[in-house]
Amino acid sequence: MVWYTLRRCIGALITLFFVAAVIFAGTELLPGDVATALLGRDATPKRLAQVRAQLHLDRPVGERYWEWFRGFVVGEWGYSLARPTQAIAPLLGERLWNTLWLALIAASVGIPVSILLGVVAGIHRNHVPDVVISVISLVGMSLPEFVIGSLLMLVFGVMWAILPAITIAPPNASFGQLWPSMILPATTLIIVMVAYILRMVRSSVIEVLQSEYVQMAYLKGMPLPQVIWRYAIPTALLPSINAIALTVAWLIGGVVVVETVFNYPGIGRLMTAAVGDRDLPLVQAVGIVGAAFYIGVNLCADIATLWLTPRLRTQYW
Amino acid sequence: MSVPVLEVDHLTVGFQRADASIVYAVHEVSLRLMPGERLGIVGESGCGKSTLSLALLGYIRGNGSRMQGTVRSRGVDIFAMTDRERQKVRGGEVALVPQNAGQALAPHLMVGAQIGDVLATHCDMTGQQAQLKIRQLLHDMRFVDPDQIAMRYPHQLSGGQQQRIALAMALAGAPDVLVLDEPTTGLDVTTQAQLLQLLDEITRNTQMTTVIVSHDLGVIARVASRVIVMYAGEVVEDGMVPHVFSQPRHPYTRGLIAALPQLDLPVLPTPMVGQLGYDNTYQRCTFAPRCAFAQQICTTPPPLTMIEVNHRVRCHRWDEIPPQGQPVVAGDTVAMTDAPPATEPVLEIKNIYATYHRRTWRSWWRDDGVDVVRDVQIQLMAGQTCALVGESGSGKSTLARVVMGLHPPRRGEIRLFGVPLPSDVDRRSVAARRHIQLVFQNPDSSLNPRHTIAEILHRPQFVFFGRSRAQSGVYSRDMLQNVRMDEAYLTRYPSQLSGGEKQRVAIARAFLAEPAVVVCDEVISALDVSVQAAVLHLLVDMQHKLQTAYLFIAHDLAVVRAIAQYVVVLYAGQVCEYGPAETVFSAPFHPYTAMLMAAVLSIHSTTSPDRVAHRIDVVDDSVHGCPFVARCPVAIVGVCATTPPPWQIADNGHAVRCHHSRDVLGANPHPQSGNSTTV
Amino acid sequence: MKQLSFVSWVGIGLLVIHVVMALAAPWIAPYSPTAIDATQAMQPPSLLHWGGTDRFGRDIFSRVIYGGQIALVISLTSAAVAVIGGGLIGVYVAYIGGIVDDVIMRCIDALISIPSVLLLLVIVTTFGAGNGVMIAAMVLSYLPSVVRVMRATALEYIPRDFIYAARMRGEQTIDVVWNELWPNILDVLFVEFAMNASWIVLAVSGLSFLGFGVNPPTPDWGLMVNENRAMLLLAPWGILYPMGAVATLVIGLNLVSDTIAHAFGIDRSRGMPI
Repeated sequence: MVWYTLRRCIGALITLFFVAAVIFAGTELLPGDVATALLGRDATPKRLAQVRAQLHLDRPVGERYWEWFRGFVVGEWGYSLARPTQAIAPLLGERLWNTLWLALIAASVGIPVSILLGVVAGIHRNHVPDVVISVISLVGMSLPEFVIGSLLMLVFGVMWAILPAITIAPPNASFGQLWPSMILPATTLIIVMVAYILRMVRSSVIEVLQSEYVQMAYLKGMPLPQVIWRYAIPTALLPSINAIALTVAWLIGGVVVVETVFNYPGIGRLMTAAVGDRDLPLVQAVGIVGAAFYIGVNLCADIATLWLTPRLRTQYW
Repeated sequence: MSVPVLEVDHLTVGFQRADASIVYAVHEVSLRLMPGERLGIVGESGCGKSTLSLALLGYIRGNGSRMQGTVRSRGVDIFAMTDRERQKVRGGEVALVPQNAGQALAPHLMVGAQIGDVLATHCDMTGQQAQLKIRQLLHDMRFVDPDQIAMRYPHQLSGGQQQRIALAMALAGAPDVLVLDEPTTGLDVTTQAQLLQLLDEITRNTQMTTVIVSHDLGVIARVASRVIVMYAGEVVEDGMVPHVFSQPRHPYTRGLIAALPQLDLPVLPTPMVGQLGYDNTYQRCTFAPRCAFAQQICTTPPPLTMIEVNHRVRCHRWDEIPPQGQPVVAGDTVAMTDAPPATEPVLEIKNIYATYHRRTWRSWWRDDGVDVVRDVQIQLMAGQTCALVGESGSGKSTLARVVMGLHPPRRGEIRLFGVPLPSDVDRRSVAARRHIQLVFQNPDSSLNPRHTIAEILHRPQFVFFGRSRAQSGVYSRDMLQNVRMDEAYLTRYPSQLSGGEKQRVAIARAFLAEPAVVVCDEVISALDVSVQAAVLHLLVDMQHKLQTAYLFIAHDLAVVRAIAQYVVVLYAGQVCEYGPAETVFSAPFHPYTAMLMAAVLSIHSTTSPDRVAHRIDVVDDSVHGCPFVARCPVAIVGVCATTPPPWQIADNGHAVRCHHSRDVLGANPHPQSGNSTTV
Repeated sequence: MKQLSFVSWVGIGLLVIHVVMALAAPWIAPYSPTAIDATQAMQPPSLLHWGGTDRFGRDIFSRVIYGGQIALVISLTSAAVAVIGGGLIGVYVAYIGGIVDDVIMRCIDALISIPSVLLLLVIVTTFGAGNGVMIAAMVLSYLPSVVRVMRATALEYIPRDFIYAARMRGEQTIDVVWNELWPNILDVLFVEFAMNASWIVLAVSGLSFLGFGVNPPTPDWGLMVNENRAMLLLAPWGILYPMGAVATLVIGLNLVSDTIAHAFGIDRSRGMPI
């Protein structure tokens, strides 16, 4: 068990290394000159030289990559290209917290709600509760986050004006100051999350309810609610762990759009700004952080699945 | 006059098809179960026996419904009850032992807990009291260490163990009636024998009313006292087991029994013509289209008539058809001297060792392999069949893959026409690949579901002979005729064919390559009994025509008896006995062979196979000594476990690998020659 | 043609409407999508302007129709390339197994581990915005997950006996993959196509919303929502029409993919548009 967990962790680190390589390759391995590509054709030679120096473009690629990755691991995250005096680490740091709060709220509300709805829909398949829930799911899946966000903003922030439409608080605001601004963005994220996880849970529940062992449990004479609770739901939820992990990891991406809609001072909006400024180091930094989060969540899901599946547990024990 | 425990009255169950028409799975079935009675329900696929067995619990799968009739337990109709009352009946009055215990046990709960659920629901037992009861139940199921077993998960148990857990689960509720749905599916012959012996003992001791559903008449003969035969949803014959099996009155029952290969007769069983047609209107006798005795009167539905005490038959002409114990048409004996046996073997398997490596990261530097085939030698002659007999884990499938070039052996070689073959199929010549063909066990997975039959039959011809589609079409049509299928099948897809038809297509495909050797890997195990006989005839026919050599892999000794000239018995990857079929079968020497033969169920002898070793849970992969030592009833202490047994070869070609001398082994009584042995 | 449910017809209908509108844009749209008319700015929907106008006086209805062209072209092209490419790679890798399988799946895992939005943004940072970049970026983002799905599907068929039968005939890998495996996985391929197309439409509109998609003044639904966000209270039609367009297209694609999945017996609910 421990050995397997260790192996997985090492695997995750290796994946992170590869991902970092991909991000690095995506941004710096360009035909032509990186600096010119970033700054555009009418950049001053002085500025070009600055950029080249900052990005160490005179060094070979492998060395650049290694320097960069090592710096990351150690904690030196470099400086922003657009504002060369701004260190990336503190910039990222405070915004990362804001985003994590958002993600935490979204996950802690979204996951239980979607599991509940998915189970209800699966049990009452093709009946009224299922139809209603499935329609909600379809709508949630079909509207882009910015549409949902804008609609929420329209209804609750402008028409009824009970919640802040746009975040006014500064990035380093405390949780106490920031939390009202979190409600609408979190709700947007929750709606999309629920739509996806619910589908997965529902189909899993349907499949399990048709399995032989659930039928057998019923034919043993056990009351139906007990059959569902003790025999069906545990095995139905197991594959959902993966979907839930995927969804939580998706939050990284979804957060970008949502934060932009509501002007929320998180890592997503920072990314948008960075891309707009073509601020390469910052983009790379946010990319790595996002990927690390994604890999970490997947790792937890893997290990949780291992723990909860008796077949795998006994195999590796 | 005691009260019947379970009563079924004119039960009819129907399913709605996509086009809103109704298919009847069970039609007007009536029966009465008295306490202590052991009833067997026998029939082939599509006869409705599974639906009937589930209906005894008041349960109907899918979108079926009870059209009419009642099923009364303790006098009350189960179908008319409320859900709550019905749940009390299930497990408490009528309990089910499911067909596939491995699928029927929840994978995330320990087996002890699953038994405990029944105790909690029906007997109100929890905690310490339940623990004791579980331990006792498991002990009764012959588990050596009940407490440890109770803490295992289903996937940690073997098939036989899972089935015994299911049995314990059913008995836990102290039901009146036990319903077993195909209890021995997928089990080894010896495991099956052990399970049936356990079942027999328990039902006799507790006077439990039992219903056993099976397609295997041998199983029914072993554990049931009364039998009903089902066809197309109806009961066609109903009587006491010895009587019905020795003197069947209904033409279908006669056909079924005639289609069974017998262990003591080297005769091909008689196939049944035709197929189950979905007439479903019941306006005439459902069996009439296939019946050799059908006449004008058979266009009206026959009633179920009581022809003697405890014997009912659904046939108009029951009194006109003479009762016969022997098959109506004598089958062909397996000809030993059809053609002078060739002196040169077509295929030689010499000293093959095959291993399986578990793919762990450690296998990079360590040789973590387990030998699954050790030192096997076989020779195949043209026009002859050599049967390879063994149970699961014996290595016979691996050996087949080695022969086909899919699994390179660790040592040894295969020779075709005297020329050594490369061990990898990709390195063999086209001719070598063509001459060795394989027919698979499972007809559902051996044909590409997205190809038409024409395409399936075209591929080998294109690969081996370079024929165009037009050219191969001619040969395909010919071959389909040989396997007795109409050329209309060419445009169909596998999903539109029955199991037997698919297997014929697979055989046709193999023969279109014009091979010298065909490896038949359990080719009839997945088929209905009546279809098995037809396929066996087909195989023998083709062999006579083309002088093909067969390596016939099987676990059913009766089938082997019908078709093979030569037998090789495999245990744990090693050959323990080989020789001409008649010598191996009439004077078995090796203790394992004796055990296999004793485990074969005959529908005629009512003796119980007592040669089954009890220590069946033991898994042995001892490298030294005899691999059978853990289960051998005559093992010599100190010798058999440490020293490899020597070969003892007789003049007639019959060889045994055992420490005991031939005289000692030959002195053992032979349970299957019609003599009764003490229970 | 089995009986399709009402819901399926709705999905097919929506899809057909969008495709027809996009194809017939030059004939259907009453105005040019880029024509500015300051005198007509911020007009509510009327008979003259079915969708009203935005703050530059551009006709919203026409812009929505032409926006459909871009959305469909990019999404259908990317989906097709991603699905066919992913299918070929997935099936091949599943059949070959061994080292090749391990290495390629590691690369795929690495690619999947980057949240697609981030990957898209990284690519846009480097290569700038534009249609070609978008298509390439979408393919790169969605192809890996298709590879995973197709590999898993192929792995279900590979242990079947008919594949062994082909191998025993000595058929080459290419022949086995093309003749035996490929016909069996086509159904899943179609479902994947519809699913990924719907996700790509969402992603494209999201990117455009952020300003990294197509360049103005080319009409794009996401871009329109962004542009007209400022006048949300005064002129909500500015965002409601493009929103409706996106929603109906994606719903149509989802329903169609459900229909295909249902017809072939495939389980569709696999998770996120990563």
